[in-house]
Amino acid sequence: MAAVAPERSSTGPAPSPRERKGGPSVRAIARRLHVDRRYMPVIGTFVVLALILAIGGVRYDNFLSVQVLANLFINNSFLIVLAVGMTFVILTGGIDLSVGAVLALSAVSAAYLLDVGVPAAVVLPAVVLIGSIIGFLIGVMVHVFDVQPFIATLAGMFFARGLCFVIAPESIPITDETFVAIAGWDTWVGGQWRMTTSVVVSLVVVAVAFYLLHYTQFGRTVYAIGGGEQSAQLMGLPVARTKVLVYVVSGTCAGLGGLLFAMYSRSGYSLTGVAMELDAIAAVVIGGTLLTGGTGFVLGSVLGVLVLGLIQTIITFEGTLSSWWTKIVIGVLLLVFVVLQRVLTLRRT
Amino acid sequence: MPTTTPARPRAAEGGLRRIAHHTLFWPVVALIALLAANTVYRPSFLSVTVLNGHLFGAPIDILRNSAPLMLVALGMTLVIATRGIDLSVGAVVAISGALSLSFIATSPNPGSLSTVLLAIAIALGVSLVLGVWNGFLVSVVGIQPIIATLILMTAGRGIAMLITEGQITTVTSPPFKTLGAGFWLGLPVATLVAGGVFLLVAFLTRRTALGMLVESVGINPSASRLAGVKARTIVWTVFALSGLFSGLAGLILASNVMAADANNAGLFIELDAILAVVIGGTSLQGGKFSLSGTFVGVLIITTLTLTVTIVGISPLVTPLFKALVVIAVTLLQSPRIRESFAARARQRAARPEEVSA
Repeated sequence: MAAVAPERSSTGPAPSPRERKGGPSVRAIARRLHVDRRYMPVIGTFVVLALILAIGGVRYDNFLSVQVLANLFINNSFLIVLAVGMTFVILTGGIDLSVGAVLALSAVSAAYLLDVGVPAAVVLPAVVLIGSIIGFLIGVMVHVFDVQPFIATLAGMFFARGLCFVIAPESIPITDETFVAIAGWDTWVGGQWRMTTSVVVSLVVVAVAFYLLHYTQFGRTVYAIGGGEQSAQLMGLPVARTKVLVYVVSGTCAGLGGLLFAMYSRSGYSLTGVAMELDAIAAVVIGGTLLTGGTGFVLGSVLGVLVLGLIQTIITFEGTLSSWWTKIVIGVLLLVFVVLQRVLTLRRT
Repeated sequence: MPTTTPARPRAAEGGLRRIAHHTLFWPVVALIALLAANTVYRPSFLSVTVLNGHLFGAPIDILRNSAPLMLVALGMTLVIATRGIDLSVGAVVAISGALSLSFIATSPNPGSLSTVLLAIAIALGVSLVLGVWNGFLVSVVGIQPIIATLILMTAGRGIAMLITEGQITTVTSPPFKTLGAGFWLGLPVATLVAGGVFLLVAFLTRRTALGMLVESVGINPSASRLAGVKARTIVWTVFALSGLFSGLAGLILASNVMAADANNAGLFIELDAILAVVIGGTSLQGGKFSLSGTFVGVLIITTLTLTVTIVGISPLVTPLFKALVVIAVTLLQSPRIRESFAARARQRAARPEEVSA
């Protein structure tokens, strides 16, 4: 499902009918098509994505090429993984500020361990496990000791970031042959669509997350906690276990994201991923997930990451625009989405 | 905090127990432990000498370095008391510093007092507007505070870069330098400014009904609105104040280094401020705030940062120590740990021969 957006755009003029959907009659069309209200924010994200693609396609030659879109996935695979993990936490009404630092810790540990001579077969799972452990500790702090998620994950963020510098104050290049071979592997889908290891991994993560959220008891409990923790408790759902587990999921995703980042940059550096948690949160919010919890989809978050990535791509294509415009545009986009969500929820009540 | 209430009837038993149950007990213990550790490591740590007509020494450094964080944390305390949070303070710090220094740099006479005053007025004005914008999003549009301020946090640094055009603007202006690095009556000007604002806020919230109104909004916005409290105005005001104080902090930071670095000015100051507030015992759930707690929290964080530098550990590792302090203090304040402490105290009370404390 995640690959739907680029496929559509790769056919060139396809976005135009979608675009019309974004007009004032969107509600009427939605009603006629019997679109569930829950999907409205995600459809909104999709419309924005199509709009950006259309704007880019009109303004620049080669923008709607398969390479550009394939690179979109390659450059953002770690962010997709982070956003997926973040979606779980936000769906329960929590927040995870630690993901950027945990990503850095995982990448630095991977580089350090490989540098010391530990075989890649041990390093790969170990590094992901670091993320899971930090996530578990945060989950215990949040649930058992009743520390607010914001503070617990903030402590986790400081902890992981400090640990990065203890392990390696300077950037460590990765030269391990097995690791480089895994990182360098790629395949061409349909002859043109280049997929690297990290893209495949991120798509698998999205698929697993989709399955977990929509087809398991764990997923339904996540939504139930976000809808109302007390009600979930009274219904006899395993609230305690699930609340700890979502942080483990997010931590694991961050650990995996660090691995993907290490593959992407072929090095481990303690300052990677500063403020990346904000990108992940922004992607989740743009993807239509409410921060109060209970509403949202993991595929929406993927679309959110693609929107952020496309903005970056457009600013690169524009050439004359400076990099700081990215931040301003993302800020404005966040504002638009949040206000729209607010309007939608107001109408519902 | 509701968990302190059961301790109150027993408080009459002894002053010591009452002190141990005070919300500020653990934070103050942490601060004293930090200062003691420093003194052990370097016996001259706490000594203050007079040099070139002003006070000089590590405690003065702590007070001076605390000033920007103190200002930001003050605004944050009020915002958190209304059950909100302000993530945009770091961005406002960067914007305020960028604006003032860019204005001074482009003015014909960077050294004149009027230029500096005008620059300060512009920076504070814009910061106030940014705070009002946050307040508008939260109180009128009704967006959750964390998202509403996330918008400015993301866009703010971009705006600061836009002002400085991506350069690190450096200027020479003695009057402006006074704000961050100057001394008056032997004390750092920055400390005096922060202290003055602290006393003003303390007076306004604790000697008038304002503090109680802020707390009532934090406990239940709709109930306080029904009770006649202008909840919307209060929320709007605290966000505006948070913006204004962050702007002032930005000016102090900018004048301390005399360079507008849009990327790094006030980086992570929002997290430090939130930590300071939480260490001071103000709950993120709102409804109760402790200005003296925030004061202690800020001192702990600044002392910790200074300690790490003095001991000779790379300042980059500082986050690790911050994390340990936060985890320790929040766990000690958490209801479960307090309950188990209380249970143990009850057990001890049941066996009279062991009551020695």
